[in-house]
Amino acid sequence: MLALDSTTAALAEVFFRDLNMCGIVGLFLKDKSLEPRLGEMLTSMLITMTDRGPDSAGIAIYSGETAGRTKLVVQSDTPDTAFHGLETKIGKVVGGTVSMKVSSTHAVLTLPAGTTAAARAALPEIDASLRVMSRGDSLEIYKEVGLPKDVAAQFGISAMSGSHGIGHTRMATESAVTTMGAHPFNTGDDQCLVHNGSLSNHNSLRRKLRRDGVHIETENDTEVGAAYLTWQMQKGATLGEALTSSLDDLDGFFTFVVGTKDGFGVVRDPIACKPAVMAETDQYVAFGSEYRALVDLPGIENARVWEPEPATVYFWSHDSAPTSSEKAA
Amino acid sequence: MQTIDLSELGLREVNKMLHAQAADTNQTSWTIENAKGSHAIACGLDAPIEVTVKGSTGYYCGGMNQQATINIDGSAGPGTGENIMSGKIVIEGDASQYLGATGHGGLIVVKGNASSRCGISMKGVNIVVQGNIGHMSAFMGQSGNLVVCGDAGEALGDSCYEARFFVRGSVKSLGADCEKKEMRPEHIEILQGLLDEAGFDADPSEFTRYGSARTLYNFDVDNAGAY
Repeated sequence: MLALDSTTAALAEVFFRDLNMCGIVGLFLKDKSLEPRLGEMLTSMLITMTDRGPDSAGIAIYSGETAGRTKLVVQSDTPDTAFHGLETKIGKVVGGTVSMKVSSTHAVLTLPAGTTAAARAALPEIDASLRVMSRGDSLEIYKEVGLPKDVAAQFGISAMSGSHGIGHTRMATESAVTTMGAHPFNTGDDQCLVHNGSLSNHNSLRRKLRRDGVHIETENDTEVGAAYLTWQMQKGATLGEALTSSLDDLDGFFTFVVGTKDGFGVVRDPIACKPAVMAETDQYVAFGSEYRALVDLPGIENARVWEPEPATVYFWSHDSAPTSSEKAA
Repeated sequence: MQTIDLSELGLREVNKMLHAQAADTNQTSWTIENAKGSHAIACGLDAPIEVTVKGSTGYYCGGMNQQATINIDGSAGPGTGENIMSGKIVIEGDASQYLGATGHGGLIVVKGNASSRCGISMKGVNIVVQGNIGHMSAFMGQSGNLVVCGDAGEALGDSCYEARFFVRGSVKSLGADCEKKEMRPEHIEILQGLLDEAGFDADPSEFTRYGSARTLYNFDVDNAGAY
């Protein structure tokens, strides 16, 4: 018995400890009167998670859509030159009116619906430093290297309104500390993903997905998770089905929070080392890596607070009733 | 009674005040306000005092506790009561993962549910849960008792040694080398004592006992080639 004690300690330390790597927050509003405060509430939640992830931070915010228009958020490390006259250049490519709102290193381009692919294809020609953060009718992703409070201030997140959003504070383990390595990852139109954990089969899965023609930019494990979900959905799976199959095909530790145009979802791997707490009231559904992230939300004292079950996909949507489905073992 | 505000004093100051209490202190009753999910509240106490924490706690509340009684007036985060040596921790709400991990003694009472890995590598602590417990609970449990008035998740007692598990409801699955055991009078007596101490009204005869089949941790010469 004594001889095995060191094994016990090693197992407890290595496998069953979430080593405080990365923080996730999410907020889905049911009460429309809170929408002007979404950015402010998410920023406070994000900053509380700084010690779980001080090296980079990001927020995906669903800020509403305009009929006939769609958004493309681009980033550049040299915004002065890269964003100069960018809306005119893109306007010529897509043959329509393009407006641009610059926010530090990011620019939100608003394009005629259906022209995103053409605009995106033209970006490398226009300026090699331009990189796509997100695309979608409602979604805007802002992410950079730096402390969460600095990143949030850089983009004025706390002044933003929206119906729901997710955020991430990163402590890098699987790839470099760069803007492109920061979360959230855009997985498809109006879809995004944040991740706490580490995937161990991301190299083989990346090769498989690339062979199938999926575009993967970085060596980051989460991007592979995001690309995997996109690939499943391109093959016809719903987001719920894609999340369910991720439990079979992704190896490693993960808590994923995903955002779509009308809702957000949560799934944890079957071992569920990575912490997760949820809270629900009549006004909102909130997610945090720790309860600390939720303590300043209105009415939290009387919220229903629980830990999401392992290997169970939860989903809340503005269009339909909430669901949770346990994956059969 | 001493009332201290965690958000005003900060964690180190609060824990320092609690650590300063000697065995014969007159300040035996403490209330900590504004816990707000903070980590490591009332860790490493070693005096017969009673501490009530208002609100939910984060990681490791009451870790390494000796002698003290800690009441958590909310839910408790991961690793609560880790390596508890003696004393008592009472959680009004739910407990997160690896509750009482490696605990050597004392009692932990949960009035809600406990999450995964409850009592992992327990070494003498007693844990009594009114609700359910999650998967991989009491993994490598060596000594002590885990009492569950509700249901247990997958792989209960995997690779356990001599810890005892009493479950009233269902067990989703048993871990390697864990098996159902006969409930003898001495077990009824132990269980009744723990339920009484926890203040739970449950009939010990409704529980099933589980424990080690003792095939994993005893050396078997037929397995010599595997080493």
